[in-house]
Parts: sequence; structure tokens; C-alpha cells
Amino acid sequence: MEFLFYLGDVFTPINFGLLLLGTVGGLILGATPGLSPTMAVALLIPFTFKLEPQQGLILLGAAYTSTVAGGAVSAILLKIPGAPANIATTLDGHTMATKGEGAKALQLSFLASAVGGLFGVFLLIFLTPVLAGWALAFGPSHLFWLAILGVTVIGTLDSSSVVKGLLSGCIGLWLATIGFDDIMGAQRFIFHPSVSGGINVIPALIGLFAIPQVITMFTKGRSSEDAEVISVERHPIRLAFIEVFRRKTALAIGTLTGSIIGLIPGVGGQIAGLVAYDQSKKFSRESEKFGTGHSEGVIAAESANNAMVGPSLVPLLTLSIPGSPTAAVLLGGLLIHGIFPGPDLFMNYPQVAWTFINSMLIGQILMCVLGLYIAGLAASVARVPHAVMAATVLGLAVFGSYSVQNSMGDVYVMATLGIAMYFLERFGFSAAPLVLGLILGPIAEANFIQGSMIANATVGTGAYFFTGWLNWLLILIVLASVSYSVWMEITARRYTTKDDAVAKEEALS
Amino acid sequence: MKHLIAGAALAMAAMTGSAFADGHADYPDRPVMMMVSYGAGGATDFQARIVTMTAGNEDALGMPIAIVNRPGAGGRVGWNWFASEAEADGYTLGAYNIPHFIAQSIEGGVSYSADSFEPIANWGADPAVFVVGADSAFNSMEDVVAYAKENPGGLTFSGAGLFVGHHIAALQLEKAAGVKLAYIPNNAGGAGAMRAVIAGDVLGGVNNLSDAFRAQQAGNVKILGVFDLERNAEFLPDVPTMQEQGFDIDNASVNFRGVMVPKGTPQGIIDKLAETVPAMFENQRVQSRMAAGGSPMAIMTRDEVLEMWAARQKTLEELLAGL
Repeated sequence: MEFLFYLGDVFTPINFGLLLLGTVGGLILGATPGLSPTMAVALLIPFTFKLEPQQGLILLGAAYTSTVAGGAVSAILLKIPGAPANIATTLDGHTMATKGEGAKALQLSFLASAVGGLFGVFLLIFLTPVLAGWALAFGPSHLFWLAILGVTVIGTLDSSSVVKGLLSGCIGLWLATIGFDDIMGAQRFIFHPSVSGGINVIPALIGLFAIPQVITMFTKGRSSEDAEVISVERHPIRLAFIEVFRRKTALAIGTLTGSIIGLIPGVGGQIAGLVAYDQSKKFSRESEKFGTGHSEGVIAAESANNAMVGPSLVPLLTLSIPGSPTAAVLLGGLLIHGIFPGPDLFMNYPQVAWTFINSMLIGQILMCVLGLYIAGLAASVARVPHAVMAATVLGLAVFGSYSVQNSMGDVYVMATLGIAMYFLERFGFSAAPLVLGLILGPIAEANFIQGSMIANATVGTGAYFFTGWLNWLLILIVLASVSYSVWMEITARRYTTKDDAVAKEEALS
Repeated sequence: MKHLIAGAALAMAAMTGSAFADGHADYPDRPVMMMVSYGAGGATDFQARIVTMTAGNEDALGMPIAIVNRPGAGGRVGWNWFASEAEADGYTLGAYNIPHFIAQSIEGGVSYSADSFEPIANWGADPAVFVVGADSAFNSMEDVVAYAKENPGGLTFSGAGLFVGHHIAALQLEKAAGVKLAYIPNNAGGAGAMRAVIAGDVLGGVNNLSDAFRAQQAGNVKILGVFDLERNAEFLPDVPTMQEQGFDIDNASVNFRGVMVPKGTPQGIIDKLAETVPAMFENQRVQSRMAAGGSPMAIMTRDEVLEMWAARQKTLEELLAGL
């Protein structure tokens, strides 16, 4: 209960001002495509040079929390995930928005984020010592199986058929091999200087999601005169509260999946949302509604990606090992003030450590309140005409891709992938499995190579990858996931022709 | 009209000409960018941000330095870009890591070598150390080597990647002790390699002194030896060097970090930077922040760095010839 003792520190005028600044800034940065939480936190580091350690950390903690949630705004209204964590939110969130339920989707996403986020931070407060052991339990073989589990999700994720889902996943896996390989440094498929560094996930994400949207908006703008975008119906916040807590399964699965995946160093929040989405789809009684603007989809995805924030800091705060790129940037923020994270952190610098954690707690609530306010403004965003909207989105897409590493190469990659995706979408392929392949490819590959190197020096490949309860558990979940997909495919064969795909697209846009 | 344009063009040419002639007195007149070939939050990135934070002061460059990260493939992505695409106008600086980029250029497959860059100044030297988990049975390098002799190729130990300082240290250890070891390069850099040691995925590891010092403070690892010519008096006065433990290993794996510019940058600008940048590193605020973060500093001027690069090139060519 020590955190309550330091709770007052968050509410001093300066500290609370910084918290508010971090939250508002985080929401705006998060909603801008291309500015991922890592980038947002890195951008704020120079400002913390001049601040006291605790004040600097309040700013960073608040920004981290709210950028993750802010990504949902563009995911829902524009179908452009602000960061990889928000990919799953587009699946049902944007579909809801096209049906006129944009305000509702935003309210649900912020409420679910707050529930997940608070749970995650409470885990960090109460269970850190226990969780630290778990974070270390995942070695190369386990991470490999975890990535394979992610691959099995690909088939059933938002495609008109399992085969097409797998095919898009394979395209993603292939794209992931471009560039230098992470361990051996071999060069693969470098046919243009733009891709010599590999395909960066952020520009790929922007291109694959935003560009098809932009092209669709332009083509539609020509065919009809009154090309207003989507209407937004008002939705009372009270009903959103009821909805979120009525969907207990989705909320619980999202929160738990997010917390567990957030804990594992190296996998991070990128896949938490997608895995939670897929799991709650499999457990839901209305699984056929997923992908058609179903509230459970938004709730699961958003509660998962915010639940991962707290646990993702466990390895950093207890073992001094940053588990994610964002945690690495936060480590820099601590070291600059001469604070070494580790088991002694809470004894040597209790005020700094607890104020940091408290700021994330209060930040979650502030983020939710501000987010609900933003949801009310959604209507005005949606009233922008197509032509203006398309131009704005295109501008943001170019800016976002360029800003990742100040490189025009990334803009070319974004544009090329985007145009290709436009045509793929016409044939019933979708972007989410493709991005998932792109994210999982390197995780699976690097861990397999590392694992087999260790295995060859010690117990042998078979024993290394196939023994131990954690390996068995993960393999079991993989098998269950695969058989579920196969069973679904056989019982309800989903065929899609080109005409169906076009019809679906027309209906959506 | 034509005459006017021609006149204007001539005037322009004259102006640029004079700017080059007067030794770039105005340089820099806009913010300068510095490329770091590792991700945000890594040791190189963290230190680069600290040592450049006073660049905007009047006694330094008078213009801020902005850090841009181009991570990937152990630094190859960033240095490839720096050698082939970066503009040699003095507004694009880069951070170097020795022995990484020299070892990579010897290995091949990249479009740079030591001749592609002009060093400006060195700010830090982070020696590699050998770490084992806090509860490991190994208490000295002797124990480690004895185990390796009993189990040839069975001693697994992690490092940040192939052809980086850690890998060089691993090769030196193999050669000096006459044993075969299993070096496991990590895809998540030094932090990932350290995690593997603490979690017990591997029996030991080579890591940066600064990171290992932090992990030791946290009670997670034991540090068994330093891959350097002398002990580190500031952070680890009690940890012996490899030479003290009977292994003939020099400082070839020490990770030197500093600032460079692409070949072809005007000599006037190089001279100006070579003069101001080491002074910028001497700044009291920079020194105290670096010490607080546990990062050992080693400030070297351009001439000293040129000499160090040449020496490394020779050592590494010999060491890597056997691979």
C-alpha cells in the first residue's frame, strides 16, 4: 500500500500540470499515424533534462500511457492504426464508424483502455516480484513457439477466407525477410537502396492501411457529388459504460492476454491486441459478428494494448532490462538522472519510483476522461468532405513515414505497399494478417536461430524445442488454435469470389 | 533579362565561392543532424544524446545537434546510409562504434570501410566484460575455461551480435585460452544478451561494462573479467583484467564511441569540428550526466582517433583472418 503514501505527490500543481500535459500531448501524438509510443517518449526525453527526476518521469509515464490509447482514434475514424498495437482496433472499430457508430466505438475503446490499463498498473504495483520471474521464463524456444502461435492467428483474422488470410500472412513473412538478417547480417532481397534497412513496420503499417483508404475516398468522390464521409450518431456515455461491463468475456480476455504478453520481453504490445482479439473471437458466443462492427472486438483489442503498459515495465524496474523499445527509452530517462533501476529502486528512490507508477495510474483515468471528451468531437471530424479528408490523410501518411527515421526511402516503401494493398483488397485480402506476418517473421526467425545455436551446443534441437512444461503448453495452444481454424473452415466453408469482395468493399465504403 | 539571370548566377557562384574560401566562418548556421546506427534507448543512443546536449551553447557549435536513429543489422544499415547517401556538407554527423564498423567492413557485404569516414573526436570507451548469473558456479575466468575444456563447444555465452565488440572479445578469448566456445549472438542487442544471462538461457555472456555494472548493482550478475589493458578504476576496481588471469588479450574489443563525418566534407568544417567537439565533451554538465549514467568517458582528438582507427584495422584484420 506504499503507493498510496506517495499518491499526494502526483497532485502538486507542477506535477499535475505535467501529467495533464503528458496526457494531452500523448493523445495527440498517439493519434498521429507514424508517431508510435516509442517515438513519442523519445521526443519528450530532451524536455526531462531540465526537470527533477520525478517530474520527468511523470511526463514520460503519462505520455506512454496515453499514446497507446490515442492510437485508437485514428484506427477507428480513419482505419489507420496509430501504432502496431492498434491494428486489431481497426477491424471492428472502423467498421463501427462506417455504420455511424464512431462516437460509440471511441467511448468503448477509451473505457476498455482504462480498465485494462488500471489492471496492468495494479499488477505492476502488487505483483512485481512474482512477475519478474515470469518475464525471465521465456527463453528463445518459448518465444519461437509464441511467434508460431501468432502465425496461427493469421488464418482466421479478418479475411474473407482462411486461405487468403494465410496468403497475406505469407506475403508479410516474406516482406520481413527483406534487408539484413538480424543475427548473421546476411543481405536478402535488397533490390533497391530504400529497403536496404529492411521494411520498417511503421511505414508499412501506414501504407497498408491508409493508402487503400485514400484511393477509395478519391474514387468515390468522383462518382458521387454529395460525397460526405460517415455520419456519427450521438451516443450517451452511460450506455457505453453499460456496454463495456456487459461484455465481460471480451474485457477479461483482453485484459489478461494483454498483461501476460506485455510481460514477455521482446514481444511487447505489438501483438497483444491481435492475439486478444483472436482469442475473444474464439471464446465469444457471437463470434460470427466479429469484423462487422462488433463492440467486443474493440473492447478486447483496446483493453489488451493498454493492459500491457504496466507489466511491460516489470523487467525494467526490477531487473534493469528494458523489455520493449519504449522501456529502453524510459531507461535512458532514468539513467540521465543517475537512477539505476533494479530491486533496490523502490528502497533507494521510493519517491521517484512510486510517483512514476502513480502517474501512470492517474494518467489512465485522465486519459479516459479526455478520451471520452474527444469521442464527443468525433462527429466534426467525420463531417469533413472526402476530398479534404483524403488529402489530409495522405499528408499525414507521408509525414508519418518520413518522420520515423528522416528517410524518403520509407515514404517510397509506404506508397508502394499501399498501392499494392489497394489491389489486394479488391480480391478479398486484408492488411491485418499481412502486418502480423511482418511483425512475427523476425521474432520467429531470430529466436529459432538463437535457440538452435544454444541447442547444438548443449542438449540438441529436439530436446531444446520440445521439452519443458512451457514449451508443451505453448505447443498445445498452437495445436488447439490450428484445429479450431481447420474445424471452422470445414463446417462453414467461406468462399469469396472477386465479385463478393468488391460487393463487400462497396458496402463498407 | 538573360543578362540579369546570368549576372545573378555569377553573383551566386561568387558568393558560394567566397563562403568556401573563408574557411566556413559561418558554419554552422542551422541545426546539425547526427545519425546513430542503433535504436533509441541503446547505450550508444543514450550517450550520444548526453554528449551533444550542450552543442547549442555559444562556446560549442552554437547550434543544437539532433539525433536521428537508423538502426538495423548491428549498425550496418546506418553506416551504409552514412557512407553512400549522407550529404558531406558538415550538417550530417554520424556516431561511430569501434571495433564494430571496421570488423564489419573486413567481413564484407557492406559499402563502407575506415576510409569512407573522417573522424572528429572520441567521447567514450566502454570495455567488454565477462558476466555470469549471480548464482552461477563460475567464480573466475579459470572456472569458465576449465568448463570449456571439459565440454568443447558446450559453453554457451551471449553477446550483442556478430562482428561487434562482444564478438571480437569472444574470438580473443577462444584464441588466448585455446578452447572452443559457443558464442550466441542476440538479436535484441546488449540488453537481450544480458537478459539471456540473467534468465539462465546461456551459461555466461560478454557485455558492456556500463550495462554489466548496472546489472551487478541490481544483484543479477557476477563480473569475472575485463577485456581491457587496465582495470576500470572508476566503476569496477576489483574486477581483474583478462591478462591478470593469464589470458593474452588486449583492448581490441573495447567499444570506442565518437563522432565522424562522411568523406568529402570540406576540410574547413572538419577542422572547425575537430577543434570544438572535444571541448564540448569536456563540459562539466556532460561529464556529470555521463558519470551518473555509469558510462565511462575517454575523450580523444581527431589525430588520436585516426591513429586508433589504423591500429584497430591492423589488429582486426589479423584476428578475423582465421574465420
